[in-house]
Amino acid sequence: MIEVKSLTKAYGSLAAVKDISFSVATGEACGFLGPNGAGKTTTMRVITGYMPATSGTVAVDGFDVFEQSFEVRRRIGYLPESPPLYLEMRVIKYLEHVARLKGVSRSAIGDARDRVIAACGLDDVATRLCGHLSKGYRQRVGLAQALIHDPAVLVLDEPTIGLDPAQIIEIRELIRGLATERTVVLSTHILPEVAEICQKVVIINAGRIVLESDIASLTADGSLEDEYLKSVSGEQPSLTDDERDAKDKKDKKDAPNA
Amino acid sequence: MRNIVAIAWRDIRSVFVSPIAYVVLTGFVLLGGWFFFNMLGQFNRTLEMYSGMQGYDTTWMNLNDAVISPLLHNLSIVLLIVVPMTTMRSFAEERSGGTYELLFTSPVRVTEIVIGKFLASTALVTLMISLTLIFPGILTIYGNPEIGLVASGYLGLYMLAIAYVAVGNFTSALTSNQIIAAMSSLVILLLLLVISWPAESAGPVLKAVLVHLSAVDHFNTMARGVLDTRDLVYFATFIATFLFLTHRAVESARWK
Repeated sequence: MIEVKSLTKAYGSLAAVKDISFSVATGEACGFLGPNGAGKTTTMRVITGYMPATSGTVAVDGFDVFEQSFEVRRRIGYLPESPPLYLEMRVIKYLEHVARLKGVSRSAIGDARDRVIAACGLDDVATRLCGHLSKGYRQRVGLAQALIHDPAVLVLDEPTIGLDPAQIIEIRELIRGLATERTVVLSTHILPEVAEICQKVVIINAGRIVLESDIASLTADGSLEDEYLKSVSGEQPSLTDDERDAKDKKDKKDAPNA
Repeated sequence: MRNIVAIAWRDIRSVFVSPIAYVVLTGFVLLGGWFFFNMLGQFNRTLEMYSGMQGYDTTWMNLNDAVISPLLHNLSIVLLIVVPMTTMRSFAEERSGGTYELLFTSPVRVTEIVIGKFLASTALVTLMISLTLIFPGILTIYGNPEIGLVASGYLGLYMLAIAYVAVGNFTSALTSNQIIAAMSSLVILLLLLVISWPAESAGPVLKAVLVHLSAVDHFNTMARGVLDTRDLVYFATFIATFLFLTHRAVESARWK
């Protein structure tokens, strides 16, 4: 469904991603992992057609994102890192506006709006101003706008960042439900999130892909966390088994949603 | 077309659900009213003074020259300051608020975005100028200004205002900072106002170019009641040029 081939994106002389290639199969949920500044957002912006690649190609459902940009845009729902809300608009009006922009036909706008309001649990806030919503609800409205044209592909840039633990669980459940019938690319730096939602993981560090693997084969080898640390630092984790057990327990305590 | 309407309509709504539109409209009409009141008062006093003199011919005095023309000129200066304030948001706010990403990942052409935003900014300016039609309206009730002259002057003011909008939208597309957008368009508009100053001492060719470039000179011709195609072509070219530049500015921002 998504085919990234030797993609490079440079901002001036600074290359944010260098020659990366990976693919995501139809119906697959792919976790895009990496430390801050690794190039996750840049890659997603190129996939969604927000910015053109410096070199390399990206194809979505067989359409090139640069040459056949509109075909790709119709197939992708995108939630950027900060949800693209017009703060002075009411949730309903905002969703209707996005539906119009996404090319939903006039007669179908009402249904599309009601569908995403129900799917994202926005009934209680539907008539409120986007600017008055909590961070969690803003994130949900962001998801709702990504879903409004019923896209086959969902690209979500750190959908759970900045949320409280209860909200993280809610959003994660929501995404898991959506991922059953769609191709999803999800960036995050929360490791359990990937293990829970995705079938595939791509780890990116300093603009390069350091690991592309199935979650299943990865979890058989060892924990995802070890793989992540190994890939990102480029060396074996130096913790002993006892230390690792202790750290695991501590992590579980720190992240109640894990 | 549908996208243009959607974008324009959203922008218009956003101005009218906030106090922006009401503050701008009130301020503009308030200033216009003050100008009108004072010019009319002065006209009245002058007329009374002269008509008290025996045998003095007062037929040369008319409402068009004494009230409408200065009113339009004063409004054109107010527009020069107010328009950049109303257009500074148009692109800059979307850019800083993150909604740029929504626009540019939707199946919408850059041209549609540029035209939609231009129409929205133009709508507010249209309303501002139409509200001031009350002043010539009052004059037609109590006096007899020449309607053709009023119409030509108003058309000139309207074209000038739309040209200002085109510049304002352009500078807004260059930055994510609204103050920078407003300041740069104010500077461009002021420069256009005074661009013909060196014309006095310039050679014949340069002089013709400078005078032709000055937006206000074209407005002056129309305010005098001379409806010349050259002025209309000037404004149409001016607006089209800045729409094109806006398009380029929006496109280029994505490639950086």
